[in-house]
Amino acid sequence: MSQSTLLTVSPSPHVHTQLTVKQIMWRVVIAMVPALLISLYNFGISALLITMMAILFCALTEYLIVKYLLHQEVTLFDGSAVITGALLAFNVPTNLPIYILLVGSVVAVGIGKLSFGGLGNNPFNPALVGRVFLLISFPVEMTSWPVPGGLLSGIDAVTGATPLGLLKDGLRSGLAVPEIMSEAPGYLSMFIGTQAGSLGEMSSLALLIGLIFMLQQKVITWHVPVAVIASVFAFSGLFWLIDPTQYADPIFHVLSGGVMLGAIFMATDYVTSPVSHRGMLIFGLGIGFFTVLIRLFGGYPEGISFAILIMNAFVPLINKYAKQHRYGTGRKAAFEVSEKELVH
Amino acid sequence: MSINLGNTLKTFHQGGIHPDDAKLSADAAIKPLPTPKIVTIPIAQHIGKPAKILVQRGDMVKAGQIIATHEGFVSANIHSSVCGKVGVIDEMMDSTGFKHTAITVRVKGDDWAEEIDLSKDLNRSINDSAKEIVEKIMAAGVVGMGGAAFPSHVKLSVPEGKQVDHLLINGVECEPFLTADHRLMLERPEEILVGTQILMRALGVKKAVICIEDNKHDAIDLMSSKLEDYEGISVQGLQVKYPQGGEKQLIQAVLDREVPSGGLPVDVGAIVHNVGTTYAVYQAVQKNKPLVERVVTVTGRSLETPSNFLVRIGTPVVNLIAEAGGLPEQAGKVVSGGPMMGKAIADLNVPIAKATSGILIIDEEESKREQEYNCLHCGKCVEVCPIGLEPYYLMLLAKNHKTSETSQEHILDCMECGSCSWVCPSNRPILDYIRLGKSEVKKTQTA
Amino acid sequence: MNETVISTILILTSLGIVAAIILYLVSKRFYVKEDPRIAEVEEALPATNCGGCGQPGCRAFAEALVKASDLSELHCPVGGNEVMKEVADILGLEAVEKDPYIAVVRCSGSFEHRKKTNIYDGSASCTIAAELYSGDTGCAYGCLGLGECEDVCDFDAIHINPITGLPVVIEDKCTACNACVTACPKDIIELWPVGRKSQRIYVACINEDKGGTARKSCSVACSGCSKCMEECGYDAISISNNLASIDFEKCKLCAKCVGVCDAQSIIADNIPIARLEKLEAKRQREAEKKKLEAQKAKEAAKAAKA
Repeated sequence: MSQSTLLTVSPSPHVHTQLTVKQIMWRVVIAMVPALLISLYNFGISALLITMMAILFCALTEYLIVKYLLHQEVTLFDGSAVITGALLAFNVPTNLPIYILLVGSVVAVGIGKLSFGGLGNNPFNPALVGRVFLLISFPVEMTSWPVPGGLLSGIDAVTGATPLGLLKDGLRSGLAVPEIMSEAPGYLSMFIGTQAGSLGEMSSLALLIGLIFMLQQKVITWHVPVAVIASVFAFSGLFWLIDPTQYADPIFHVLSGGVMLGAIFMATDYVTSPVSHRGMLIFGLGIGFFTVLIRLFGGYPEGISFAILIMNAFVPLINKYAKQHRYGTGRKAAFEVSEKELVH
Repeated sequence: MSINLGNTLKTFHQGGIHPDDAKLSADAAIKPLPTPKIVTIPIAQHIGKPAKILVQRGDMVKAGQIIATHEGFVSANIHSSVCGKVGVIDEMMDSTGFKHTAITVRVKGDDWAEEIDLSKDLNRSINDSAKEIVEKIMAAGVVGMGGAAFPSHVKLSVPEGKQVDHLLINGVECEPFLTADHRLMLERPEEILVGTQILMRALGVKKAVICIEDNKHDAIDLMSSKLEDYEGISVQGLQVKYPQGGEKQLIQAVLDREVPSGGLPVDVGAIVHNVGTTYAVYQAVQKNKPLVERVVTVTGRSLETPSNFLVRIGTPVVNLIAEAGGLPEQAGKVVSGGPMMGKAIADLNVPIAKATSGILIIDEEESKREQEYNCLHCGKCVEVCPIGLEPYYLMLLAKNHKTSETSQEHILDCMECGSCSWVCPSNRPILDYIRLGKSEVKKTQTA
Repeated sequence: MNETVISTILILTSLGIVAAIILYLVSKRFYVKEDPRIAEVEEALPATNCGGCGQPGCRAFAEALVKASDLSELHCPVGGNEVMKEVADILGLEAVEKDPYIAVVRCSGSFEHRKKTNIYDGSASCTIAAELYSGDTGCAYGCLGLGECEDVCDFDAIHINPITGLPVVIEDKCTACNACVTACPKDIIELWPVGRKSQRIYVACINEDKGGTARKSCSVACSGCSKCMEECGYDAISISNNLASIDFEKCKLCAKCVGVCDAQSIIADNIPIARLEKLEAKRQREAEKKKLEAQKAKEAAKAAKA
């Protein structure tokens, strides 16, 4: 019984789950692969290029700022900069000039994340901060999407409008929804992802595969994505029921634009979403509401990015008031007492 | 409220985790451990006041003889677990990590006190009244053997105005690695059932439920097959989920009631006793045998033979490890209890106490904590908390000594199950700081 | 175009004026009258908000001071007598002089003297470790070295020395605010009067174990041998619970006790080494003298026998 080596003493628990930050981050990256593959098929190599560049820019920004501005230990390999980069890339057109992407990356990581104290302290989703910054600063570049042409088509594909853009423009020029819809791609092609759009947002199918993977790996819970999608469906459906000639149907709203990408990858960001399940549902509900509001009555054709950022701002408030049920409070804790009172 | 006897598995409704249950010693039959040369018996092995010492250095004592008597009601008698001569009585390190007064007994022979029935025969006829049962349990120094070590006679004395309709026998053993209760159920099922009936009579309840998690299917089957002769007792299978063995979770799982915040199980008409305690109750009431030995699991991934031993209270931990193949080379940590709520011990000579359910040896590489990262607000700790607290937030508040805020956030409801620390992907020591917060709140309450 | 500019300017200006009026009225309406001396006293205080005075902050202390009728119970340890004098002048009260205090660390069990018996791997908080168990050395009383005192110090005046693992107080910076004293779960840190010429003598050990047990876990533990007590000519040292302690009110700083301690657990702060050496030389001379005398007596006895 040699006790030459000293025993370790620490407070319980003495075991820990295998699922750590690093693994979670890399699992999210894996979950994004199907959407990237669809994009690769649609837009060719430029999709991969944009994604890689965005990741590189974000990682580099983080590295340089942390090392030379903050003089801290570089925590690059937790993978969060990679996710921010990839998500930013997913939210831009594949024909975006590289310098604009660079600006977006610097804003996303530098302002969106590090200026608040790094991962865990940022109130807003960094990729969306970058995306919205670009959308406002470079509206033309950010809204001229290449038309998908298959893997073998050249990079100089013609640019075209997204289904949401078609809808907005059509309504502005006084057309009724059914007329516009005849020009828009069908639901099946929107589900698989052959319409124009930002890099990672086109294929609902690929994004759903990513969601299933993340759910199965217990990276996220169903609450946020389901709440967002259901809420978009419900609010857009409400307007559609009121006037089908002025408002598109809810399936169109769910499948078009960035709803799937936003619901599955952007709104589920740990740092900027509520902690309790109840809070997550409220958060998702709000995102859907604001998305539909902006899409139907706002100046932009798409509103999910703004909606998520708006709801990000409400997260502290949601966390404060949408607490989960506390054991030993409420009806079941008083159950026996009331029954006894009946007996006596 | 009816309890279904069927195969539907119940579980508690909120939070919980699924750590690897690693019941390495599940098939190892209970083996009596050779009596050590010397035992160290702490006089405070229970919640409440330490017992008052009755012996002096040099006295001869028999096994089962009382050596320290309870001081006040919330306290427990202490008996010598061996026959021999009382040695040093001094402050000694025990498995709590602190020094407490303990009595050492140097073993000589193996005489037991006369009144103790040492036969193995099952005695099914319960002749004592409720009052006599509680007195016998009190005299035998029986305490909660699942880990809390709350004196059992206190739990059996239902306060005026409260009514109990259910007795739950806790055979959940949700802590990974531990198998002491599992083996006891497999090897002494009838004694446990008689013990259950004794407790039912003491409490005056008509219904008792033996609760067993589904990873002990053999125990569920065996106990169910013996039920015929025992009226009012049923067996409830439960889904495997930690911390199901917590009183509050068990009551929620089986009865769908919640112990009010700051209250006791008796407030919702339930009393929970561990199967080990139930067995000790049988021994105390039917055999006049005080609590001087218990089943202890000795286990660990690199341990040669993970085992279950019947151990005399006061045996040094080192003896158990030696009997299970010796301390492995790669051992880094030795835990008294299970991996989730057990206490790491620094000194292998500390004695086994009444509530020591296991000795777990953790390998060097698993015994160190990983690097801590920022909180991501991922909400996983909130999701797994079986009480519905917000562990990440409590840690933050406790770290900044915000005592009144932590108190408002129900920090005292935390039962320190460790699920939050277990699940945290950033390896944050959440429970460390919640404990700190709890002790600060308690300090302000007593001040 | 011009019209737009003008109207914009007009609207913004009138908005500003309206807002200013509202603000003015609100501030008038809700004006809280307070004793102007509170602000004055607060100005005089060091504004560290350390809590050393027993109040939650300087503002609260200023309020307490203004309310007080005499200053004997109130003292700002950070500002010291100087600040209290200033406060007394403002309030027209008599200043009460108080001896300045300083934190002393009553443990000298460095890594070298106190071997580790296990490795602590929990959170780096002394309180958490202290609630978990008796510590990572054999001594259940000694410093845990996790630096809670350092963390709570607002004045950068106490630091864990990485070589010894023990806290060291920087005399010039310590304000005796009591923060480290309350933070230390082992109660190792105490406040002592700074002393004449900053000289202090104290027992740097609080181990109450029996001598042998204490010494086994730490080579500089006080064993309660009472040699120092016998040496002291001023009745300043007492032994209780196997532990010597010095009463600073009785200690005359003669430093005789310092040399007799086998464990070297009596610490002399700022006492010139020359004086300690002189004492030591004297002690040796006396010891030799005694030895000689004993020898002589022995010889005399022998001679008498013969």
